[in-house]
Amino acid sequence: MSVNETVQNEMSMEFLALPENESFARTVVAAFCVDLDPTMEELEDIKIAVSEAVTNSIIHGYAKESTEGNMRAETDGVGKIRISCFKKNMELRITVTDYGVGIADVTQAMCPFFTTASGRERSGMGFAFMEAFMDELHVESHLEKGTTVTMLKRIGKDYETSL
Amino acid sequence: MTGNYYLEGTSLFFEVPAELDHCLAEQVRKELEFLMGTYQVREIVLDFRHTDFMDSSGIGLIMGRYQTMKYCGGRVRAVHLNKRIRRIFMMSGLHKIILLEEGEEKENEC
Repeated sequence: MSVNETVQNEMSMEFLALPENESFARTVVAAFCVDLDPTMEELEDIKIAVSEAVTNSIIHGYAKESTEGNMRAETDGVGKIRISCFKKNMELRITVTDYGVGIADVTQAMCPFFTTASGRERSGMGFAFMEAFMDELHVESHLEKGTTVTMLKRIGKDYETSL
Repeated sequence: MTGNYYLEGTSLFFEVPAELDHCLAEQVRKELEFLMGTYQVREIVLDFRHTDFMDSSGIGLIMGRYQTMKYCGGRVRAVHLNKRIRRIFMMSGLHKIILLEEGEEKENEC
């Protein structure tokens, strides 16, 4: 099948908000979009964006007061993260949802270098990276209900310009 | 340990794992802190030869080590960065505070 033909497919999965699942999550999403024939760079962009979103859910969504060096106790089996992916016409839409504490001020949270976890060596670059590596980013959050991050990546749009 | 390390004088050479995400960055942080507490370290050399994934957690880790080393008059260097890792360094501004080096020739590969 030619890569230009319409491919439509979707998948969703749910897993525990554990740090060791970060690698699993981005690998699954990368595998899902492989038949869109992304470049290595596009694949890397997607993996980084998924990793940032999942890490945010683990660290912020399900974190209680951060106790130094005791992160497992906070996150261990506390909640679940749901990822769904939809691909059509060389576009990949990824949503990452958690059912955690939510974000009080989304605009502030999305500012580069802003972080509520500076004591834990967070760079504050999570949303900035998602924005930089994906084509569209939308964040919806409700306090005590959770956060949904929706990201869109257009595969193959850099093809002409990279030649 | 997530990777090999060795000391040359007061320089600590540390091999960064293949994927530096939040999960592994926490481990690496603990290991580096242990090594810095055990030996006299004036310079940390992070070797990215095996690393092909890094997200913003890696940036947090490196910035944290930079702060510690700056405080005691030391420094942090990064070597053997591939194109994609280098791009992350540039995007986050890390290259302004961390000394980057082109990969040495393959003959030094262990």
